[in-house]
Amino acid sequence: MNVYRREITTPLTEEKVKQLKAGDFVYITGTVYTARDAAHQRLIGAIQRGEELPFEPQNQIIYYTGPTPTRPGHVIGSAGPTSSYRMDEMTIPLLKLGLKGMIGKGVRSQAVIEGIKNYKAVYFAAIGGAGALISECIKQSETIAYMDLGTEAVRKLKIERLPVIVAIDCCGGSLYEKEIQYKCNEN
Amino acid sequence: MRELHKEEIILAVKEMCITINYQLSQDVLHAYQAACLKEESSLSREIMENLIKNADIARERDLPLCQDTGMVIVFVEIGQDLHIAGGDVTQAIQEGVRQGYREGYLRKSVVKDPLIRENTGDNTPAIIYYDIVPGEKLKIMLSAKGFGSENMSKTKMLKPSDGIRGVEDFVIESVIQAGPNPCPPIIVGVGIGGTLDKAAYLAKKALLRPIGKYNELQHIQEMEKRLLEKINNLGIGPQGLGGKTTAFGVQIEVFPTHIAGLPVAVNLNCHISRHTEKVL
Ligand code: SF4
Repeated sequence: MNVYRREITTPLTEEKVKQLKAGDFVYITGTVYTARDAAHQRLIGAIQRGEELPFEPQNQIIYYTGPTPTRPGHVIGSAGPTSSYRMDEMTIPLLKLGLKGMIGKGVRSQAVIEGIKNYKAVYFAAIGGAGALISECIKQSETIAYMDLGTEAVRKLKIERLPVIVAIDCCGGSLYEKEIQYKCNEN
Repeated sequence: MRELHKEEIILAVKEMCITINYQLSQDVLHAYQAACLKEESSLSREIMENLIKNADIARERDLPLCQDTGMVIVFVEIGQDLHIAGGDVTQAIQEGVRQGYREGYLRKSVVKDPLIRENTGDNTPAIIYYDIVPGEKLKIMLSAKGFGSENMSKTKMLKPSDGIRGVEDFVIESVIQAGPNPCPPIIVGVGIGGTLDKAAYLAKKALLRPIGKYNELQHIQEMEKRLLEKINNLGIGPQGLGGKTTAFGVQIEVFPTHIAGLPVAVNLNCHISRHTEKVL
């Protein structure tokens, strides 16, 4: 398989999303927001109550991560992706608000894949267990909401060439599906 | 009777917690390098190269290998002729974990009540298993288990007639269902026999074995090799994005069981496989 390498910058517009295909190796530069389990519960609660969110999801990317504590002199601790499936049921409302990208690891539900297609978004897989390598791509980190959640708080990150792989593209093309022949010829 | 002060236990546990989170063990590094050579697609090779880079950065820049620094599991063998002075062993181990996670800038990922879910703030309690053995030494085997892989683990009470085939099918099925979630390449720990809890305990303990070290029982060793080959033929690959290396090893432990049963547990570990041991 020939790997396509691309550089993209945020904000992630629909036009940029449409250029990405499952299997592309992408370096992202710009701003992303961190949110995992507990922060998602709060974001969804806020959406349901019609409250303002800590950031405007339109054309933005959410990174599912809960970093280790920051050492003095460092920007952030180790910050690799967490499993995305736990956010599946809390994803569609954010896509409806214009969220364009998600970075995590592992498979997504069929409902999320449909959502990615309908709202023209993209799901990136970062390398699970490469938290130190990814930490080096984070140049600035600021906690902007839910401080009490500690590692699960929402952070605004400035990143430089964070390496990810397009796992599900805006046409619903999925790298996991492509490689999933093993599901059919078990033993 | 030999005496060991609890402070030595605290210090050892603290250092072990920090070391395994910052330094990839040699057996795992060798497995990464071997996988790098074996992978054919540029994507899977790229992933393995990045994992090697990650290990270098973690060591040189004082960053944990992974942000999920895990829940600590400790297997302790206490010699029956050893006396622990200064306080109780369990508290000493918990204190070592507390200090290690604080001083090592490691993530505190443990919640006090599984339903109320309030963080304990110091990554304790660790889960501790004790074994009393002859002698006057204290052996500590410690791992920090990430939950990406822990969540993908399974147990099943098979029928005796399901036999080897039934066990192997269950292991393969567990690996397939886990797919990319446990951060492959994985280590597959399998416990066969005993009871429900004993099988799970054995599967977890099996993960502490260095990669490449097989079970000494001939028929089990053959099963480990056979399963590893089958798993690597599944094509799940590094990060579940396709490739030849889905697992670095299959490590099986067995125990006598009841005439009516064949318990099996599969405990998966991710590629960073943090494990170490120390004898005091
Ligand atoms: S499964 Fe392992 S490598 Fe993957 S995120 Fe969890 S601890 Fe890290």
